[in-house]
Amino acid sequence: MTTVSMPAPAGVRPRRAAGRWARRGPLLPALLFTIVVTQLPFLATLVISFTDWNALYPDRRGFAAFGNYTAVLSDPQLRSSILTTVILTVSVVLVSLVLGLAIALLLDRRFHGRAIVRTMLIAPFLVVPVAAALLWKHALYNPEYGLFNGILTGIFGQGAAQPDWISDAPMFSVVASLVWQWTPFMMLILLAGLQSRSPEVLEAARVDGASAFAVFRHITLPHLRQYLELGALLGCIYIVQNFDAVFTITAGGLGTANLPYTIYQTFYQAHDYGRASAAGVIVVIGSMIVATFALRVVSSLLKQEADR
Amino acid sequence: MTQTLSAPAGTAAPPPARPRKTRRGPGGAVLGVVAWIVGIAFFFPVAWMVFTSLHSEQAAATNPPDVTAPLTVDGYREFFATNPWPYLINSATASIVSTALVVVLAMFAGYALAIRPVRKWSDVLFFFLTTKMLPAVAGLLPVYLIAQHIGLLDNIWLMVILYTAMNLPIAVWMMHSFLAEVPVAILEAAALDGARLPTVMRRVILPIASPGIAATALICFIFAWNEMLFARVLTGVVAGTAPVFLTSFVTTQGLFLAKVCAAATAISIPVLVAGFAAQNKLVQGLSLGAVK
Repeated sequence: MTTVSMPAPAGVRPRRAAGRWARRGPLLPALLFTIVVTQLPFLATLVISFTDWNALYPDRRGFAAFGNYTAVLSDPQLRSSILTTVILTVSVVLVSLVLGLAIALLLDRRFHGRAIVRTMLIAPFLVVPVAAALLWKHALYNPEYGLFNGILTGIFGQGAAQPDWISDAPMFSVVASLVWQWTPFMMLILLAGLQSRSPEVLEAARVDGASAFAVFRHITLPHLRQYLELGALLGCIYIVQNFDAVFTITAGGLGTANLPYTIYQTFYQAHDYGRASAAGVIVVIGSMIVATFALRVVSSLLKQEADR
Repeated sequence: MTQTLSAPAGTAAPPPARPRKTRRGPGGAVLGVVAWIVGIAFFFPVAWMVFTSLHSEQAAATNPPDVTAPLTVDGYREFFATNPWPYLINSATASIVSTALVVVLAMFAGYALAIRPVRKWSDVLFFFLTTKMLPAVAGLLPVYLIAQHIGLLDNIWLMVILYTAMNLPIAVWMMHSFLAEVPVAILEAAALDGARLPTVMRRVILPIASPGIAATALICFIFAWNEMLFARVLTGVVAGTAPVFLTSFVTTQGLFLAKVCAAATAISIPVLVAGFAAQNKLVQGLSLGAVK
């Protein structure tokens, strides 16, 4: 797979064709690989979504038309998991983006130990997601010996309230752990953005007597727009697909089952291949709606680059 | 956007770019303290995980927490006694091999896209990005069926292939922006000297773009090491990866907090070490060089 350049059809065609292949050749392995491994399975999913196929009843296979789709969309559990996915994604991305921006602004200033603080902040992003979810579930949220209730006892004594975080606020518990993991990611992207501002412009604004807020509003924020969009885009891509936190913290219970988890269950436990595929296709359609907006954003990035 | 920004810079007599230190006002010290508090708050759960992992089970499960309890490495001893090595080796194999493949494939693709752009190159970049927007679960079932059919189920090389595909789009994006930085003149000179593509890659592009390559590799390694959904469905006894082992470890061991924390720490350490060591490159990579 490492030998790359497709043998140019030298000699057969005039040189131009050879040149064209020399240009395209290096691109082909990555392109072909991506198409084969990502697009073909999706096509297969599309096909399966129109069939009646439950692995537990292998002889009942047949064409289902839109049967799986109507089943998925009329199943209250699946419908609620669609809503859950949207709520989960939007809240995690928004909160971590805002927090990340605030922290990036703090870290953009010079202060003693800035490098240490940044290193500490990166840590949540680096902890393996399953490990992070386990940490939150058992070491922090646990009602009997979790740290949060331990702190409450430490402060208010033995009679302190001991909430059962995960049962009392399941969605909040999942969101909080994900915000903790993703804020550093947003912070890193936005910090890169802040540090790429032109120092001359900032200096000039200051010489002109612009207030800190005016500088933020009229220089920093417009400059950061692309970075904010990039963070939101990447955050959406990864959090829509989140499986680890939902699987580990609540096991999809208490109204926190998002689409990836539901599909996993439909496929892995109910063995209903047709329905799982239909749900998968619905996730893709949802993602495509988000992506069309996102792509318009990225296309502006590409255009700028093309103009170089 | 950039135009409006650079306009005032042109008019102002360019001051000898004063270091940003001037901004450290009286409020600066307070904000520095705030930054420290935030940093500690975010780091605290990680520190707590490590701290708890160094306790005995009784000391770990006290309420309020007993911070004076003696430390012990029993949690780690018991974790390694359950023989996690095959899983760690599987994870290492899948992450390292797929990262190497991704970097090589993405380097050539990035070369084609950034240095000798094919026509419609931005369409190709779009395509790579859209594959990332196809949620992985949507392809899970066919991958499972195909793997079952050709006997690749519970085989670590299947994970290598999938992780390569999973990371390739982001890597192509990153490499494309890093390679766009390589001065064209150098490449033309190399071409005049008659260097062929592999030579150009090794002698010219590799040295110049190595920070970018390192950033790309690091991010691919992290995502591959962390992946769980596919590993959970497609691997089992033989090819299980570290995250899969971690979840099964918790269910078979019940709730032994110190041991769970030891396992979680041990499995996170490779990524933590790599990430801390290369945090500058991480920043560079995460911004995808998107905006220059």
